[in-house]
Amino acid sequence: MTRLELRGITKRFPGVIANQDISLKAEPGQVLALVGENGAGKTTLMNILYGLYQPDDGQILLDDKPVKFKGPGDAIAAGIGMVHQHFMLVPVFTVYENVILGVEPTGAAGVIKTKVARDEVIEISNRYGLAVDPDALVEDLPVGIRQRVEIIKVLLRGAQVLVFDEPTSVLTPQEVEEFFVIVKELRDAGKTIIFITHKLKEAISFSNQIVVLRGGQVVGSADPKTVSEEEVAAMMVGREVDLVVDKEVARVGEVKLRVRNLMVVDDYGRPLVDGVTFDLKGGEIVGVAGVQGNGQTELVEVITGLRQPAKGQVELLGVDVTFKSARERHALGMAHVPEDRQDMGMVGAFSVMENLILDSYYSPTFAGAITLKRQPIAKNAVDLVEQFDIRPPMPAVAASTLSGGNQQKMIVAREFSRDVPVIVCSQPTRGVDVGSIEYIHAQIVAKRDQGAAVLVVSTELDEVIALSDRILVMFQGRVVAERVTSETSPTELGLYMAGRTN
Amino acid sequence: MSTVKQAKVLTKGQRRRAQILGVIMLLLSVAVVWLFIPNAAGQATFGLSTPDEAIQLDPLVVPATGSLWFLAAVLAFLGGTQFFRGFQSKATIFLGVALLIFVAALLVWATAGKDFSLIGMLSSTIARCVPIALGALAGILCERSGVINIAIEGMLLGGAFVGVVVGSLVGGIGGLLAATASGAVLAWFLAFFAIRYRVDQIIVGIVINIFVLGLTSFLTAQVLVSRPDLNDAPILTAWQIPILGDIPIIGPTFFNQTWFVYATFILVALIAFGLFRTRWGLRTRSVGENPKAADTVGINVNRTRYIAVTLGGLVGGFAGAWFTIGTVGRFDENMTGGRGFIALAAMIFARWNPIGALAAATVFGFSDSLQQKLAVLQVPIPSEFLAMAPYLVTIVVVAGLVGRARAPAADGQPYVKE
Amino acid sequence: MAEQPGRAGLDARDETLGQESVQGASVRAAVMQSFAVDRLDWRTAFLVPGLAIFSALVIGGLILMATGSSFSDVLSAYRALFMGAFGSWRAISETLVAATPLILAGLAVALAFRAGLFNIGGEGQILIGGLFAVILGFSISGVPAPLHITLALLGGVLGGAIWGAIPGYLKAKTGAHEVITTIMLNFIALRLLDYLLLRSFIQREGRNDPVSESILPSAQLPRFLTPVDPSLRVHIGIFIAIAIAALTQWLLFRTKLGFEMRAVGANPVAAKYAGINVGRSYVITMAIAGGMAGVAGALQILGVLGRATPGFSARLGFDGIAVALLGRSNPYGVVLAALLFGALRAGGQEMQATANVGIDIIAVIQALIIIFVAAPALIRAIYRVKASSAQAPISKGWSG
Repeated sequence: MTRLELRGITKRFPGVIANQDISLKAEPGQVLALVGENGAGKTTLMNILYGLYQPDDGQILLDDKPVKFKGPGDAIAAGIGMVHQHFMLVPVFTVYENVILGVEPTGAAGVIKTKVARDEVIEISNRYGLAVDPDALVEDLPVGIRQRVEIIKVLLRGAQVLVFDEPTSVLTPQEVEEFFVIVKELRDAGKTIIFITHKLKEAISFSNQIVVLRGGQVVGSADPKTVSEEEVAAMMVGREVDLVVDKEVARVGEVKLRVRNLMVVDDYGRPLVDGVTFDLKGGEIVGVAGVQGNGQTELVEVITGLRQPAKGQVELLGVDVTFKSARERHALGMAHVPEDRQDMGMVGAFSVMENLILDSYYSPTFAGAITLKRQPIAKNAVDLVEQFDIRPPMPAVAASTLSGGNQQKMIVAREFSRDVPVIVCSQPTRGVDVGSIEYIHAQIVAKRDQGAAVLVVSTELDEVIALSDRILVMFQGRVVAERVTSETSPTELGLYMAGRTN
Repeated sequence: MSTVKQAKVLTKGQRRRAQILGVIMLLLSVAVVWLFIPNAAGQATFGLSTPDEAIQLDPLVVPATGSLWFLAAVLAFLGGTQFFRGFQSKATIFLGVALLIFVAALLVWATAGKDFSLIGMLSSTIARCVPIALGALAGILCERSGVINIAIEGMLLGGAFVGVVVGSLVGGIGGLLAATASGAVLAWFLAFFAIRYRVDQIIVGIVINIFVLGLTSFLTAQVLVSRPDLNDAPILTAWQIPILGDIPIIGPTFFNQTWFVYATFILVALIAFGLFRTRWGLRTRSVGENPKAADTVGINVNRTRYIAVTLGGLVGGFAGAWFTIGTVGRFDENMTGGRGFIALAAMIFARWNPIGALAAATVFGFSDSLQQKLAVLQVPIPSEFLAMAPYLVTIVVVAGLVGRARAPAADGQPYVKE
Repeated sequence: MAEQPGRAGLDARDETLGQESVQGASVRAAVMQSFAVDRLDWRTAFLVPGLAIFSALVIGGLILMATGSSFSDVLSAYRALFMGAFGSWRAISETLVAATPLILAGLAVALAFRAGLFNIGGEGQILIGGLFAVILGFSISGVPAPLHITLALLGGVLGGAIWGAIPGYLKAKTGAHEVITTIMLNFIALRLLDYLLLRSFIQREGRNDPVSESILPSAQLPRFLTPVDPSLRVHIGIFIAIAIAALTQWLLFRTKLGFEMRAVGANPVAAKYAGINVGRSYVITMAIAGGMAGVAGALQILGVLGRATPGFSARLGFDGIAVALLGRSNPYGVVLAALLFGALRAGGQEMQATANVGIDIIAVIQALIIIFVAAPALIRAIYRVKASSAQAPISKGWSG
């Protein structure tokens, strides 16, 4: 018996075919890994399976019977459970409230039977080894536990097919291990597991079958026992991939940025950054590795002047800038590529031209005492659009109409076009297509070779290793390790990311 | 962010806020010494019973100067403690206590050498808190589901108008029902434009306010002036609850009121229970906090919002009827005079909690009633400044001097399926 | 804000430019395109509002008929409305008189919209601005008229700016939502005025009711249609208002400050990351917006009323919101919208006088116009008009 079968699923959106003639099968007790690049059509496919979209063509079969889902409610009723990449939880609700939402056990007049609800949560968490306090508020829980709440949620609804969208992207290495223990438990209980990922290692280690999507089509499937990472990667991208960044040996110069004993606390006085100290020299790239949420964001905010530290000092080119504004640091010679391009890096409603002067519009090049100088602003835009290959090459279009990769190129163009000694790049390639990643990496290395001091903060360990000359690992606000890239390994760094101390 | 208890290092901002609160309390103390004591002499007599009560209490008589010194000392102590140590999480409560003491001092000063009916003021406080509490409930129902309701004022005014016209035609109960329904109609328009056409919810709210004000004023001038019989509704009279109503102080304050007052208490309890104990409440709140999460578990986000907003409108329209059927029996142009906005402030003050809304409404009702009574006592404070007090308090509250309010996370955001 | 994707036409023209370098030409093309993004797009700017006005008048007519008017009564009422707005020199004069403060009240809202703020405080800002103007108008004597007028107007700017800066400051420092604080400040201004109008240094001598001294003749704004008819009230304030509209357009799209304001309005987080002081921008924006509303109050005092009475703003501040919405927060759009609303006000007076229809119906019609303009999809659905450009949302809830 086949638990789940997709036959010739096709979904078109205006201008794109998101899914084209996709067919796949999954049996009970099977773990199927669905791999593919951003935009390969994975998420669309899963949304069809979950009833959020209706396919234009094709069929879904559950236990060999064709089914039609008009919405998530139908899919849930049919035994399909989805754990989204961004958890679908209400932060101010307790665990059990989140779990029962939509399937509340109620008595007269719709009053919720709290005890029944709690017992159900405890029963499921015991059965599958998902330890969690039913009365804790979700906003107080670490990410790994929140994921368990999501899993309990789908199990309570009687899910036989569990779909995980990028389940490990926000987990620590330890939590990842725990997660796959849970996956095994579920598999052994006869559930069908589908997980979407772009981490090939995980696909190969934990699945029974790998299906590769590219451009909305299934381009191949592989047996994880016999296939290599490189082979899957080549299938995914459609060409040989060079995972290494070419760069020469660093010619390290003087210290450009000095960070001493930085301490940042949240509104409740809990430390977010805890005693971070390092030097950044001209001509080198220093990478900051770590799982998301270990203080990197706050560290960057303090260095770039967007947040005040509780303690410590930041020195830029020998000047104490601890209490200077972002503008003053910008003027002194600091560039910043922020981690979230849509929210922090650009104004979507502004034209590309305006975005290209977003942080330097006030400089004498672009403005007089009061007014903006339109000619130089336009020339700057035309030059940078050409130089950084921003497409479409039209400075007047609104930035929101550009693709993610081109938006990121626009931001990099703005920050890298100035001759600045210190550059801070946060998640420089998050959500960017492979071509743009290679281009942006090359630009970062070029800046280093021109003598700039570059700080690269990324949650992608591979990216940090590929770019950096030196690596700092952050865990719970502290720098727990500092290594020269050539003298360390991903395994060692991974252990530090998970909290091992010296 | 969290309710986890752990050792806290106060941030600079928090410490400064604590100190500001301390300074405010100290200033209140200074004000009592400076402004009140030099002008207070003799005894202040506070009446504790109304003449028609079964059990009569003796009036409370206090020496003005002595009790003022005492109150000033308590204020100074509170202020000093707050400034140097800080009451931390209880600071809000202590600020409330300090304000209460200050008001008590104000009353002692104003009453010095005169008689003042404390019971009369308490009873009118409760009556005046009705439209504000109910208005705030109307707001809470909408906003807990994620729809900003700035149209409370319009709902009150519309309810007042419809209540009086229908009440004049078919009697008080009919007027009440019609007013309630009119609120629901306005709320449905709010939901319709906010959900179906995703119009900015604040704009829809303002439009409803302008529309209702214009229409009721137009109809008053065009129709009610020539047909005074349509502007003469029976008034719902007070109904004393047996036994409870005979308890001294509490009886006349709470249990000898109109049905509006009793309904307010019942609705507060009902909505609080509904929001926090029932399936409907859980779903409504989930839609206001994270509509996408609600959608993925099969909850119809927009229908939930339509229902919550319409329920809010029912409460708002009912509250509006208080202005006419509950008090004077006739409608005047713009007679709600901004109470809807005060209700909005009470809602924020109460952090979107029904019981808190009742408490906040009581504060505003008290200030409203105090203003009236002080005018009777011929206090040398301009009535305009007393009238300003609730607005100033609202600004202080919203400016977060007493802790930042956290709105439902999805408040004001239309839900768009991807 | 209309987005302007590819302009093949411009590229083609570049090739014909001959000697000029291709790059120089594309720079000029970029200037033309990008700085034109926020110009009024006349076609889309008129179709939906036009239909919105028509629909509002239809519904207004239905309301009139529901209160006992016959169809011909409604027609004659609307005839009176039109004649009262445009039918004579007097009508035009009255329309302009009514439009003058509306332009400024609308700009006070529109500028704040652009900078991400919802200024509902026009009412209070007008009152305080007018209060300052009236005090300067009657207390300074012996100065030439141009100087006196300038001083009184500047007083209006100052008063409105102070009243506007308060909510800006509170938002910057504490995050207090400006919608709440501006509403509260409206009430406070109203009460403050009530109080001050009874103080001896403002109250007119010999009066017991709240009314201020009258401004001196040297502070009165000149009326420029008196050669046609000495009783025509239109004054030079209309030119001041239009000039300020042009200045606002220039401020928003040609200056550093305007760039900052628009960046903060469109994405405050990105603005902060770009080194813009967002809090400072809120304070400055609200001060300028308040200043413009203050001018509206001053013009009312110096050009029309001559003295201050309780609540002399007469809901101008709220109509300003409507004007800004109708004008899509574009300064020139605001001027046109204000002229329309001025016409409705002036015509409404005439309608009340000759057709015996209460002026409050105008408020109803205005409310309907706003909602139809704010929900263009509804108008398009009714009249089956194709969609053009999307409108950006203006506010983002209490925490925004």
